[in-house]
Amino acid sequence: MPLYELTAHALHEKLKAREITAQELTEAVYERIAEVEPHVKGYLTLTKDIALEQASRADEGFQNGDEMPPLAGIPIAIKDVICTKNVRTTCGSKILENFVPPYNATVMTKLHAQGVVMVGKTNMDEFAMGSSTENSAYQITHNPWDLDTIPGGSSGGSAAVVSADTAVCSLGSDTGGSIRQPAALCGVVGMKPTYGRVSRYGLVAFASSLDQIGPFTKDVTDCALLLNAICGSDARDATSVDAPVPDFTQCLINDVEGLKIGVPKEYFTPALDADIADNVHAAIAVLEGLGATVEEVSLPHTEYAIATYYIIAPAEASANLARYDGVRYGYRNENPEDLISMYKKTRSEGFGEEVKRRIMLGTFALSAGYQDAYYKKAQKVRTLIKSDFDAAFEKVDVIATPTSPTPAFKIGERTADPLQMYLSDVMTTPASHAGLPGISIPCGLVKSGLPVGLQLLGAPFAEENVLRVAYTFEQNTEHHQQKPQIQTNGVG
Amino acid sequence: MATITIDGVRHVANLARLEFNDEETAHFTEQLARILDYIGKLNELETDDVPPTSHIHPHQIFILGSEEGAPHVAKPDAVKPSYPIEEVLANAPEPEEGYFGVPRVVDRG
Repeated sequence: MPLYELTAHALHEKLKAREITAQELTEAVYERIAEVEPHVKGYLTLTKDIALEQASRADEGFQNGDEMPPLAGIPIAIKDVICTKNVRTTCGSKILENFVPPYNATVMTKLHAQGVVMVGKTNMDEFAMGSSTENSAYQITHNPWDLDTIPGGSSGGSAAVVSADTAVCSLGSDTGGSIRQPAALCGVVGMKPTYGRVSRYGLVAFASSLDQIGPFTKDVTDCALLLNAICGSDARDATSVDAPVPDFTQCLINDVEGLKIGVPKEYFTPALDADIADNVHAAIAVLEGLGATVEEVSLPHTEYAIATYYIIAPAEASANLARYDGVRYGYRNENPEDLISMYKKTRSEGFGEEVKRRIMLGTFALSAGYQDAYYKKAQKVRTLIKSDFDAAFEKVDVIATPTSPTPAFKIGERTADPLQMYLSDVMTTPASHAGLPGISIPCGLVKSGLPVGLQLLGAPFAEENVLRVAYTFEQNTEHHQQKPQIQTNGVG
Repeated sequence: MATITIDGVRHVANLARLEFNDEETAHFTEQLARILDYIGKLNELETDDVPPTSHIHPHQIFILGSEEGAPHVAKPDAVKPSYPIEEVLANAPEPEEGYFGVPRVVDRG
């Protein structure tokens, strides 16, 4: 098996045994990039010089026989919403086309302390607003399983590069499903930790009460290793929570005996693709066969999650994106008549259509006369959605659902209808409102050959239950070993 | 819930410091009205007695000098080094003598 196909934990053993060097591994990943990246287009920026230097530093450590962290020398890709010191960070937006952060996000500082190799920055929907990565101002990313389809979004680049083996793992961010949904559509593991687990310092803000950074990996073990690396409270993020961070590799237990898994009936509606429903039911049956207790639960306010999300997230975004005014960084219109005209022209030229739509929606929901009817109403429904989960987790340890109602859809299929695009997140936004940890793991393919994701949700800070169920499923099935055959001679 | 009109869209655009031509204004009015119509679904729920959730973790109110070690209280008011001016200005579209340059806002009259 080529090096670029291996997991981080398998590669760590080879690096430790000095069977391979981090430089060889890094070169192998860039050779793979040369081969398939022109078709997948997952990266906005490649950082090969930095990567080779980091690889050589990791090799020195391995050669000296130092005790090396599990991610030392591992090639990782970073969503372009995470600030990387001295490396351009665009957020997929023209307004930040030339933005070079003078500092690292806390997650980057933590990853560098592990000695990772940064391969590059990945494509995304502009400011993480989207479900298909088609809202990037730069390029369309193609799903490695079928280049005519989208990779999901907003972290579509980070999902596609792990799926295409052009990175061993990656970081994304999840506001309403932006890690879990693309992980499902690209057939990889993607996890959103509990809100507050990971510092948001240096994560360009979209909706501050929902945003959370998390990993994309090739298996659940790598997911636990990345969580170990990035979790923890941070004085620079007042919303990061000072809760004890366990060693997540300790919950990689191949046993679900006695665990209770809840299946919410509201997720299995006629709108759910029948092929996806079959795969997810089969996956739940596997877990039951392994000793888990499966019971139906009810989350009655599920159907209100999208409407609630499309008030709360745009409202927070409209405030967060006020900072892009052409004064301190980013694009500025060159011929303004005065200051106000500079703001208006800068923002109107710099932002793409979906970002403007959400700023408008959010500004409207917060404007005089409408705030109680929209914003406050949505915050109240958010309480109801959260209470549904609180009640369910009194009875069960983990909730299992499909991650996405459909497999990857065709490029261009939903761009004309924003509302239809928003409904792509129907299975992921409820848990976002409640701040829950959630993982999507591969659980099969639909008849057309596209991957299906099983979403497992836990109570706040109960990542351990989620990882244990995900790990047990993975150890007893082979879905995560399936890889796309990228059509390098066809479209793309 | 009310819907949104062309004039409403113009008003909100001004608040958001965005500008649209007539065609874009009409386009956004139609789309936003459709999205708000969907969001109107929330009115099916009776929420008078439901408290709003702004944030999922209960937060302490920031009070200077509150108990040491308590969660989410203000940091000690200590001076710490910041970034050098040239690094901060490196991304500025029009840096000027150590400041961010903007179009004139005060009339010299």
